[in-house]
Amino acid sequence: MALTDDKVKELEEKANKIRISIIDILEDAGSGHVAGPLDMADIFTVLFFHTLRHDPRNSTWPERDRLVLSNGHICPVLYTAMAYADYFPIEELWTLRQFGSRLQGHPHRDFLPMLETSSGPLGAGLSQAVGMALADKMDHGLTSQRRIYALLSDGELESGATWEAAMLAGKEKLNNLVAVVDRNNIQIDGYVEDIMPLEPLSDKWRAWNWHVIEIDGHNMEEISDAFDAAKSVFEKPTVIIAHTIAGKGVKEFERDYRWHSQLVNKNTEQMALKELRTLGGKLDVKDAL
Amino acid sequence: MSKMPFDIHMLNPELKLNTKLFDKNVEQIPIRQGFGEGLLEAGEKDQKIVGLCADLTESTKMNLFAEKFPQRFIEIGVAEQNLAGVASGLAAMGKIPFISSYAMFSPGRNWEQIRTTICYNDRPVKIAGSHAGVSVGPDGGTHQALEDIAITRVLPRMIVISPCDSIEAKKATLASVDTGTPVYIRLAREKTPVMTTEKTPFEIGKAQIFWKSDKPQVGIIATGALLHQALLVAKALEGKIEVEVMNLSTIKPLDEKALVSFAEKVRRIVTVEEHQITGGMGSAVAECLAKHRPVPIEFIGVNDQFGQSGTPEELIEYYGLGTKSIIKAVEKILKR
Repeated sequence: MALTDDKVKELEEKANKIRISIIDILEDAGSGHVAGPLDMADIFTVLFFHTLRHDPRNSTWPERDRLVLSNGHICPVLYTAMAYADYFPIEELWTLRQFGSRLQGHPHRDFLPMLETSSGPLGAGLSQAVGMALADKMDHGLTSQRRIYALLSDGELESGATWEAAMLAGKEKLNNLVAVVDRNNIQIDGYVEDIMPLEPLSDKWRAWNWHVIEIDGHNMEEISDAFDAAKSVFEKPTVIIAHTIAGKGVKEFERDYRWHSQLVNKNTEQMALKELRTLGGKLDVKDAL
Repeated sequence: MSKMPFDIHMLNPELKLNTKLFDKNVEQIPIRQGFGEGLLEAGEKDQKIVGLCADLTESTKMNLFAEKFPQRFIEIGVAEQNLAGVASGLAAMGKIPFISSYAMFSPGRNWEQIRTTICYNDRPVKIAGSHAGVSVGPDGGTHQALEDIAITRVLPRMIVISPCDSIEAKKATLASVDTGTPVYIRLAREKTPVMTTEKTPFEIGKAQIFWKSDKPQVGIIATGALLHQALLVAKALEGKIEVEVMNLSTIKPLDEKALVSFAEKVRRIVTVEEHQITGGMGSAVAECLAKHRPVPIEFIGVNDQFGQSGTPEELIEYYGLGTKSIIKAVEKILKR
């Protein structure tokens, strides 16, 4: 279903709030990754507040869609989206990375059982999502309403394990599986295309018999439309290559690989929060969100 | 437990073992066959069971399940990392996945995926690692897993079972279905003597005394097919040195109670396994006894070496795992 203008506005505001919380909790935590969570905020917003079939009050609902976050280090955006969707109180976000917190530095189901998977080591998420999609196919065949979403980074596509999973998904024609690649072109050591070029990336996925959709990962309508389009693809899994701007929303962070995991201190926090609250200076501080 | 008559040494009658196990023509079946039959039976009983294999379906005997339940079998291809991760995803949806390959590749190659997506993730995936030990034979050292016990028993939540024969492997496979945890089952390629019977009790986590003695001077603890060598030693030493032989098929969780009372009774122990001495069953025994009941221990296992081509008999002899080496270790420990 296409998004109405009102819905687009609502999602954009939600995404901005999520970005503000991400900056806030990362500064409090004193460590953690910043660029990826910021650039995936729009996609997480569309998923949690429009696309996903889920019930935050009944997180074990068997018919729910499954969301597998493979690059676990961007969990600040997952936790924040979950909190805003009412999975747990928003205040709990400020326990991120603390001893005893349900919000571990990388997601861990032992601490937060409502997570679909524990994750962190890169290149392992797509395999698990493929397993879920296979189980769903075994039980429900083509009649399944369930979708399995695997969220991947571009850097982790350097891991061969991802391609083992991609091959199997193509072979098994898993049309209930949708992978999203955060194509932000950064990783810890530098720019992805310098570290290990992935291009031609869409050809690689096509070669394993995937349906490929490329989108602007910050355009709510394009994100939502891509998820809808994936539903009408039969006989193939779908990958959405989401072109994103690393560190999106804070000019000083944007496109700079050093912000992959650089510390957010008190000064950068204030700068970033001001920029997000004023929508990059478009609003006066007093009118800010 | 029935009271033992005075001065007796014999196969434990309570375990209903194969009375022909000392015969020259004792029945020999590959341990992996027991896994294949166990998985087939488990699959018949429980629709949730699925099988996944990495291009070794017949070698690991998963073919028995795959032929009967093609809709519940997934051929992964030569992709062991994916094998582990896909199984984790299936388990997340309520399936009980069994994955099989050679032990060298699973849990060898895919150890980190087993750690993170299965153990850390708390998913009850059952891992069958076939072709463990030097007795794989002519294929050579690349295919002879000698490290798999060490790398699986170190993982939280993992149960580790090394069955002594095909019948015990079948029982272990069936018992692994309901643990709700990850399980590693270690299998061997070659035909090996059948020591147990259908009537022999089996319980995960329970050690068993196969050869009893009322006045033991040495205790031998063995795991896997080498248990047969240990029993041959016990028989050969009859009247000279009294030994008692324990089958320790569950390496994790360790039957600490049985080990401690065994150590109290025998006071000197020789451990026997087809695995590196470092980190294997003997190490697990030593960790337990050093804490609860320290006794001298001699370790029979591969001593920091890789395997090579040869017949199983040649390799067992070369690496010092057979009866001669066990007897030497028994004699040595008596002097300690």
